[in-house]
Amino acid sequence: MIKVLFFARLREQLSTNSLQIPASEHMTTELIRQQLASTDELWAKVMSADSLLVAVNQQITDWSHKVNTGDEVAFFPPVTGG
Amino acid sequence: MINVQQDDFVVADEYQKLADDNQDGAVVTFVGKVRDFNEGLGVQGLSLEHYPGMTEKVLDQIEAEAREHWPLNKVTIIHRVGDLALGEQIVFIGVTSPHRKAAFAACEFLIDFLKTKAPFWKKELTSEGSKWLEAKASDSETSQQWSTKLTN
Repeated sequence: MIKVLFFARLREQLSTNSLQIPASEHMTTELIRQQLASTDELWAKVMSADSLLVAVNQQITDWSHKVNTGDEVAFFPPVTGG
Repeated sequence: MINVQQDDFVVADEYQKLADDNQDGAVVTFVGKVRDFNEGLGVQGLSLEHYPGMTEKVLDQIEAEAREHWPLNKVTIIHRVGDLALGEQIVFIGVTSPHRKAAFAACEFLIDFLKTKAPFWKKELTSEGSKWLEAKASDSETSQQWSTKLTN
């Protein structure tokens, strides 16, 4: 399984902190994004935001990053701390 | 030392911990606070969310990067999470070095990179309800300028 996390505005819009999705061969961050976007209209809108960021195992990465079983994938908006 | 915490911090205590090494001629500290305005709306407070685990990792990386560029002795980064009222302290950055220029530059570098790299998100409580803050393009430009400055 792959653990998927959502933070801040995304977490609120989707009413979801985290979920598990089954791992499959040749999985990437972009494929997970597309899979989640196909859930319904709301998810399609939230997951297609241009500003969306993705991290794999707590490291920011790009949309071609390979994802394996046991990985932690997080989606979130641009950061605004400090 | 890196701490992500709900509790407030006492600047005098943090200063003491930083300042007890006589090899250092310079201590520079920065404190970020909850201010009362943003984009024309009155701010009454804010709520800070973070990504536990990743936040600490990113702050460690930023500290390591600062240490590659300047001769630093001690580095303290404290960032609060949870609900914060107007005027409360949000973040503390403290660095010590034998030399002031290194301490000033490293402190600024740390807060600039924290703002654009560390997974914290602010939600403001304003007179018109609560609202997630938008990331500022000027903040990412500032951290890009560092990359240019440091590679030249």
